[in-house]
Amino acid sequence: MARFLSPETFRTATEDLSLLPFNFERTGANQYLVANMVGDFIRLTEDELSRLVDLRVRPGDGLYEKAYAAHLVSGANQKAQRQLLAARLRSRMSFLQQSTPLHIFVVTLRCEHSCPYCQVSRQSTDRSRFDMSEETAMRALDIAFASPTSRIKIEFQGGEPLLNFPLIRKIVAAAKQRSGKKLDFVIASNLALLDDAVLEFCKENNVLLSTSLDGPADLHNKNRPRPGANSHELAVAGIRRAREVLGPDWVGALMTTTEASLDRVDEIIDEYLQLGLDGIFLRPLSPFGFAIKTKQFAKYDAQKWLAFYERGLRRVLEINRQGTPFREFYATLLLTRMLSDRPIGYVDLRSPAGAGLGALVYNYDGSVFASDEGRMLAETGDDAFRLGHVERDSYNSLILSDKLIGAISSSLTQCAPECSTCVYESHCGADPVYHHATQGDALGIKPLSAFCARQKGIMGLLLDILENSPEDAAILRRWAAA
Amino acid sequence: MTLPLYGTASQSAGFSSDKARSVLRLRSVDSAAERHVADFALARTPADIRRAIEADWPSILVVSDGSTDLPGQFTGQLVAVSPKYDYLADGDVIGFDHVSRKFRTLYRRNSAHNSFLVTERCNNYCLMCSQPPKDVDDRWILSEIKESLPLVDPATRGLTFTGGETLSDWEDFIAVLKECRDWLPETAIQVLTNGRAFADSRIVDAWKEIGHPNLMAAIPVYSAVDHVHDHVVQAKGAFDETILGILKLKDRGQRVEIRVVLHALTAPIIEDTGRWLARNVPFVDHVALMGLENTGFAIANDAMLWMDPVDYGDGLARAVDYLSAAGINVSVYNLPKCVLPKSVWPHALQSISDWKNGFVEECDGCDEKNACSGFFTTGRPRFSRGIRAITS
Ligand code: SF4
Ligand code: SF4
Repeated sequence: MARFLSPETFRTATEDLSLLPFNFERTGANQYLVANMVGDFIRLTEDELSRLVDLRVRPGDGLYEKAYAAHLVSGANQKAQRQLLAARLRSRMSFLQQSTPLHIFVVTLRCEHSCPYCQVSRQSTDRSRFDMSEETAMRALDIAFASPTSRIKIEFQGGEPLLNFPLIRKIVAAAKQRSGKKLDFVIASNLALLDDAVLEFCKENNVLLSTSLDGPADLHNKNRPRPGANSHELAVAGIRRAREVLGPDWVGALMTTTEASLDRVDEIIDEYLQLGLDGIFLRPLSPFGFAIKTKQFAKYDAQKWLAFYERGLRRVLEINRQGTPFREFYATLLLTRMLSDRPIGYVDLRSPAGAGLGALVYNYDGSVFASDEGRMLAETGDDAFRLGHVERDSYNSLILSDKLIGAISSSLTQCAPECSTCVYESHCGADPVYHHATQGDALGIKPLSAFCARQKGIMGLLLDILENSPEDAAILRRWAAA
Repeated sequence: MTLPLYGTASQSAGFSSDKARSVLRLRSVDSAAERHVADFALARTPADIRRAIEADWPSILVVSDGSTDLPGQFTGQLVAVSPKYDYLADGDVIGFDHVSRKFRTLYRRNSAHNSFLVTERCNNYCLMCSQPPKDVDDRWILSEIKESLPLVDPATRGLTFTGGETLSDWEDFIAVLKECRDWLPETAIQVLTNGRAFADSRIVDAWKEIGHPNLMAAIPVYSAVDHVHDHVVQAKGAFDETILGILKLKDRGQRVEIRVVLHALTAPIIEDTGRWLARNVPFVDHVALMGLENTGFAIANDAMLWMDPVDYGDGLARAVDYLSAAGINVSVYNLPKCVLPKSVWPHALQSISDWKNGFVEECDGCDEKNACSGFFTTGRPRFSRGIRAITS
């Protein structure tokens, strides 16, 4: 009869084990959260962590099995785990193969709204001063088409871009005439000027509409004053009409958070739900431009915002539990990173940063910025992210400019103090523009950063739900599923 | 019911002695198909034999219990087998040893479960192996397969190559797969292998070179932890080579199925294994979670391996959840519906080969029988205490 060997025969001797890279953070009196190289999390007790770090582990002791399955420990001569980690990391970072997929055209600075937090708009009828010229637009298209990615999204912004609708038509037609890239188009509009001609154009050219909706009428209208105080009414009517004509997938809404929003998250969410939208993006208030000038930004800190976010997320989960599928989109992005290796190039959640590599912004006057926020900073006199001008620059000279390389290389989370050892690093991102704006430095001191506090807060919250609330966890997992 | 796939012919005549074995394909006496030198008329009655001779068949296989008398003028080849083998039908292929008169049914055209055993040699020695490895020179099997492939119906949906370790003589075996590409391009070819060979880049490159449009390597992974897997397959270092092999195959765009056989060493940790597979190799093409066939080594190791499926159903259901949430196509093989949680039913397939598949008395009153895997009839079947007819 055959001879079989015992389990012990197959166990690697302790002296032949070696540690793989991991990060950790104390999360309780006797508890640590540990993340491997690609951000898979496990919890270890203090004793387990120190035994692991000292390699006082032995196959068969339970800790070894836990650590091995999580790629924290390996046999010194083994290759598979290291290759697995490499393959997974390569997949996670493969968004880098698509350089500059987003191109934002600021076709005019003019707007008929006068929102207090708005960084850039002008109340003016002077077309020649604040509209983008056709010549500038065509030069910008040359640059967009020179980016290496096979698919580009062209987004029209303002001001209110519909105030320069003729130029949008020209750009879309010109882009479609050029060959070699797949194209997506978005118009970011307050929809106050939406009419049948615009809708027909969108339908014909597969243009997505993205609008602002801050919540119930009084809140929205307070945030977004316009003559007639009917911004909300027009936005809601626009969303309804666009859904009807273009289909529900062709119009999206984004909210801006202000201090007045902070204790009204349930109402804001219900507003989105009632309109039949499939989710909401609970966004922090950005610290740029007029928002800094008018001190709107200073009025609430990260902790207040996190409380707002948590309340909102729990409300969204409740809606799902009651049977209506509805997502919170920031959580969806983070969960996709936390639970899968699909590449996510979302600008705030990547390192190397998305500035320039993820998006370029062509301002009405031809100057080119590394991000939309960079353009807003320039409005307050800070040119740190102004990379050049369409007249004088090419795609390569913009992307290889000292400014951009400096900002991106100095903000890498992979080697930044605090970030490089942070348990959330795999899922977080570098935000050089934010840290420059708030701390005067692209890297920033993370313990002082509201961006960092928010990231840690949200990911901690998501982990808590994933581990402790099975029903909600199943909902969160669905958001992250392919 | 277990079909006898091996046997000894009661009679044979007309085989030359300069060749030890032949591969024969059976044809009905009236077949109008073009005749191949390997074709034998399949006769069941004296009348069949007469018609075969009239139709100038040079070779005849007779299924009958008496001894067969052929008219003196017949000088061709003859094989006679007992009525035990009356399942043999038009298009089937058998391998025949001239001297010993032993034969094996290699291919049945009407079966959805055709598999070729490639070798009995293996560099693993799995605790539950259904085909215990033997260290013998059996390279003649590969030549027999080569001879058989042109005789297989090109409309065959699927063909499996099994072992032993199919890649033991990897160069010769890959040559066989190239013949599959040429003769059977429409057929889904599945190769059961422990995957360790693919840790060698030369072998994965050669595999990729084959270029069969529908080729899948089916590779077992038993645990997320090296020594647990290595113990099950009784080979130190196997886990590392197997995982590396899977990565190299996928890196070259090849199709991979992962198979987990469930028993007392693997089933209690199936949730962990499923979660690990979902997280680490979501790019594989299929995962099959498989009930144990209680035969071969599994009988010898019964005390170590038997676990009633009702005792691991919940973990199995969670593993299925993790895998499907990661977008992986997941199936459960060899486990009857009544022992599985309902959430697993849509994944549970009728996977047991037709020639060794059966049901028990309880199944007669069951509404799900038509969609149920039933049981293996081979070896020493063990039955779950959860078997219960499902009625609405
Ligand atoms: S910004 Fe904060 S949360 Fe993000 S990686 Fe850096 S330290 Fe971690
Ligand atoms: S009773 Fe028989 S047929 Fe019904 S599910 Fe169980 S094993 Fe299958």
